[in-house]
Amino acid sequence: MMDGSKGFEDALTGEQKIRNFNINFGPQHPAAHGVLRLVLELDGEIVERCDPHIGLLHRGTEKLMESRTYLQNLPYFDRLDYVAPMNQEHAWCLAIEKLTGVEVPRRASLIRVLFCEIGRVLNHLLNITTQAMDVGALTPPLWGFEEREKLMVFYERACGARLHAAYFRPGGVHQDLPDALIDDIETWAKEFPRVMADIDGLLTENRIFKQRNADIGVVTEEDILEYGFSGVMVRGSGLAWDLRRAQPYECYDEFDFQIPVGKNGDCYDRYLVRMEEMRQSVSIIHQAIEKLRAPDGQGDILARGKITPPSRSDMKTSMESLIHHFKLYTEGFHVPEGEVYCAVEAPKGEFGVYLVADGTNKPYRAKLRAPGFLHLQAMDHMSKGHQLADVAAIIGTMDVVFGEIDR
Amino acid sequence: MSDALKELGGYIEAKRTDCVLAWDVTHGELNLDVTPSNITGLVEFLKTDVTCKFSSLVDITAVDYTGRAKRFDVVYHLLSMYQNHRIRLRVSIREDEMVPSIIDVHPSANWFEREVFDMFGILFTGHPDLRRILTDYGFRGYPLRKDFPTTGYTEVRYDEAQKRVVYEPVSLVQEYRQFDFMSPWEGAEYILPGDEKQEAK
Repeated sequence: MMDGSKGFEDALTGEQKIRNFNINFGPQHPAAHGVLRLVLELDGEIVERCDPHIGLLHRGTEKLMESRTYLQNLPYFDRLDYVAPMNQEHAWCLAIEKLTGVEVPRRASLIRVLFCEIGRVLNHLLNITTQAMDVGALTPPLWGFEEREKLMVFYERACGARLHAAYFRPGGVHQDLPDALIDDIETWAKEFPRVMADIDGLLTENRIFKQRNADIGVVTEEDILEYGFSGVMVRGSGLAWDLRRAQPYECYDEFDFQIPVGKNGDCYDRYLVRMEEMRQSVSIIHQAIEKLRAPDGQGDILARGKITPPSRSDMKTSMESLIHHFKLYTEGFHVPEGEVYCAVEAPKGEFGVYLVADGTNKPYRAKLRAPGFLHLQAMDHMSKGHQLADVAAIIGTMDVVFGEIDR
Repeated sequence: MSDALKELGGYIEAKRTDCVLAWDVTHGELNLDVTPSNITGLVEFLKTDVTCKFSSLVDITAVDYTGRAKRFDVVYHLLSMYQNHRIRLRVSIREDEMVPSIIDVHPSANWFEREVFDMFGILFTGHPDLRRILTDYGFRGYPLRKDFPTTGYTEVRYDEAQKRVVYEPVSLVQEYRQFDFMSPWEGAEYILPGDEKQEAK
């Protein structure tokens, strides 16, 4: 007997005495999307309890940020959600700009919107295709990654790095975009719908994909409120909640886009919402390019002042500019005392920064609010009663990235 | 936006006089100072009241103000998806004080409170499972307190002889680099090189 007792007893046969089975999922499992360790309690193949153990990628970002200047902290944000790096930087820049009261020039604002939407496409491409891989399809990630590669090249041409961009700066963006790059982004945006149609053709009506996703991980309105969901996890269940629309930041209020919502709140609806969001992003990219080419879209890309470097040509002729440049990159700028919370609609949900400044050149405390943290927290609730194989599908649809959850 | 928030702040204060110590609207955000014992009641009121309807918990965190008698601020961020507004609640506590858990009102507080406990050592009464969350199994100390060194106290490496990972006290090959770039005219509190004689006079 498995439980160590001897033979059968009267009413209870050995079969009835079978205990629940505990298994360890991850931290090296390909479907765990990183270093997630789940302790699962199974009754046969049904999940009874799920205890996520996180923190295996904890790097102490918030502690490190307290001993670095505001500008030195910016690259840490690329390393949070490394699938769509610029969206995180955006929140940090917005928080600093709110405290210092800096107005971002229009061209910089448009470039930010452009790259935020590129980030959204980057993220959704990765999420949709790897989630498809979790439920058994191999081709989508290969196709999706090809497009991601093209977008990474745009990142590289804008800022010099494929992934860790450090491109958004407090007061604007680091460098202006060359016209050729804008043209190439437009060409890509024109061709991309064809790729979308290909992926759509592979997945949307695919029988296996539907069987594995429809009616799995259903999220109700009550769940959303209880577990603090945001982003696609909310929109998949029919609530049209999008910070770009509800609490517009940057210049999102002048863009024309739709907010797709799901109906059933299951994994399949969230897949459809993500697909449609990519189409909307492409439309925003087109609009941003058009605005960037318009006469009022020209001009400087940094709000020249205390928190931004002087232009290169000024530094060659003016001593004050040279001193300013030197002091900016050593001492850094000082942010007035106060506390703010700034949130952006990152591809995964609401990404927020709570910044407490004490008037020096370093943040007194910065708290990074990652959407994935809350989504993963609901793992126990969402996977209860599902089959073991559905756990992979649910992790996939939650869109967790451990860079931001573990910080 | 600010006017609406001011109205809301006044409304909450009028309704729950016992809970609200002070409130203000700065940088277009509504802040409320709350007494520790009343936090659960207030959060529940904010969730159910039709005017407030702060239905989602966005964040719970803490800030360590070393100079104060009430050392920690526990900070709650709430969001209403229906009324489209946000609020921040601040609870000041001493180092030995505990905060009531709001897990019964917002189940999503679970991990946030575990994180605050992990990082600051603040205890939440009524939390069903107050384990460490982000740090290593068996970790000691509270990393986000200001008196915890950034380098930590222990380091790990794989020991070839013992064939396992071993924990050792941190030994730095060179001193931890913390440059001070503050302008000598404003920030520096130390004696600048060359100024030693100035002090002797």
